[in-house]
Amino acid sequence: MSERVAVRKTYKLFIGGKFPRSESGRSYLVQDSNVSLASRKDARDAVVAARAAVKGWAGATAYNRGQILYRVAEMLEGRREQFVALGVPADEVDAAIDRWVWYAGWSDKLPQVYGGANPVAGPYFNLSAPEPTGVVAVVAPASPALLGLVSVIAPAIVTGNTVVVAASPTQPLAAVTLAEVLATSDLPGGVVNILTGALTETVPTLAAHMDVNAIDLTGVGDAALAADLEVRAAENLKRVLRPAPADHDWHADPGVTRMTTLLETKTVWHPKGV
Amino acid sequence: MTATATSARSDLSELGRSETALRTFLHGLPGVDQVGAEQRAAQLGTRSIKTTAKAQAIDLAIRMVDLTTLEGADTPGKVRALAAKALRPDPADPSCPHVGAVCVYPAMVPHVAEVLRGSGVHLASVATAFPSGQAPLEVKLADTRAAVAAGADEIDMVINRGAFLAGRYQEVYDEIVATKQACGDAHLKVILETGELATYDNVRRASWLAMLAGGDFIKTSTGKVPVAATLPVTLVMLEAVRDFRAATGRQVGVKPAGGIKTTKDAIKYLVMVNETVGGDWLDPDWFRFGASSLLNDLLMQRTKLTTGVYSGPDYFTLD
Repeated sequence: MSERVAVRKTYKLFIGGKFPRSESGRSYLVQDSNVSLASRKDARDAVVAARAAVKGWAGATAYNRGQILYRVAEMLEGRREQFVALGVPADEVDAAIDRWVWYAGWSDKLPQVYGGANPVAGPYFNLSAPEPTGVVAVVAPASPALLGLVSVIAPAIVTGNTVVVAASPTQPLAAVTLAEVLATSDLPGGVVNILTGALTETVPTLAAHMDVNAIDLTGVGDAALAADLEVRAAENLKRVLRPAPADHDWHADPGVTRMTTLLETKTVWHPKGV
Repeated sequence: MTATATSARSDLSELGRSETALRTFLHGLPGVDQVGAEQRAAQLGTRSIKTTAKAQAIDLAIRMVDLTTLEGADTPGKVRALAAKALRPDPADPSCPHVGAVCVYPAMVPHVAEVLRGSGVHLASVATAFPSGQAPLEVKLADTRAAVAAGADEIDMVINRGAFLAGRYQEVYDEIVATKQACGDAHLKVILETGELATYDNVRRASWLAMLAGGDFIKTSTGKVPVAATLPVTLVMLEAVRDFRAATGRQVGVKPAGGIKTTKDAIKYLVMVNETVGGDWLDPDWFRFGASSLLNDLLMQRTKLTTGVYSGPDYFTLD
């Protein structure tokens, strides 16, 4: 009997619910694994996939989105050991799952808290409702690898946005493993897209892309790059979340700012008919 | 040499006189190597066109678009808006060329004609009981005359597939000849509806039949059946127009229609035209794309090349 040949894994991108290699064919060695090195065209393809997914995801009922996100938390729980094997501390995995469930719970509550009836001087109902802004580009923080990732993805998608995530170049394995969780969780393809590789290649493209509605710069460590990205984002008035300070405590209560920044408020006037 | 060519020409013009001669000729055309055609088309599709060549290809493709709307829900307002878009596809960029033509139903022709008058954009109308072609000949001819009288300078007719598939080539031939007469000065595009012809051999025969009968263009599809234009089908048709010009000296245009949605697809077709029939056909007078959503993708790619930034569908009109 010959010795069994191990099946070694190539970590690929996650675009539109599929795991393609980079169109450039490149990969790089990080964390002792081969990981795809995404190009600007992969970023473009990811935006196309994210845009295509907006209608279905934003149009799903808040209850349904909450259910699907809860399902993701269930699957995360099942993959706990896999994340630990990647070097994520067990308590961080637990915190990440709890964070995901916490955000999942907001799906049908956020519109109640941040929308509602406005008092107006006239025979009208005046109602405001928060709506997702659309496609959000997210730069994930390098550390904590899993909790940081969950803390930027969940608040963006719970309200109905779709995201293109640029994973941390130094910690991509947690991101690709999270993609495997998402791919098996009823989350429609394209709602979350994950690019691995150099931030300088993909993120400027995303920041300048006219079909991206908001950008979250949390994981951008370089102040000059962050400033450049903000300038690019200004062209079509993207909503911008500024980089997190280096001493940010990811275990603390995150608050709702990450969710509310990525929303648009729709206000309607309706005659009372009296 | 000259004598042979002349006799070949006179032979071809005689073909329409008898069903037997027509059948003998069409069935005597060499068969299409299906695997070879598909492989050739796939191979040409891998050609990489970048930077300045891409910019040129995009502008050429825009000039070749037959901007089409063929819906039951078309209204005068909607087709006028489409015609306005044909004149200035990208209002933000005056250097963007206008499209080749606007293609509508005969009832909508007068509304489009008002907008396009004197602009150089052609006005095409489908006719002859589009898309099925299943109507009596008098009805089809009246349809054609009405469209021309309303201002169309290009007529897209459908061939009688029922007769073609039943082997009644003479009937198909006579209908095309009669429609051509009804067109007067208007250009005649003959839609083969290749998705219903089943084999490449049939596509080659129908192409020759349409050209023999006097069609100015041969067009793949109506866009109303599931299988529309494909690269191999267009390759077979391009070979047919090339061979037809070699045999008769008359150049016939080609128009793939339906299912061409992206710039990448359009450039594949342009590469195939260049490699199969050469630069003579790389002109809106000899090659067109029947499309609607293709134009927005071309405009987005064009914007990307001029601004360096990816654009999105939010910045272009819906239709």
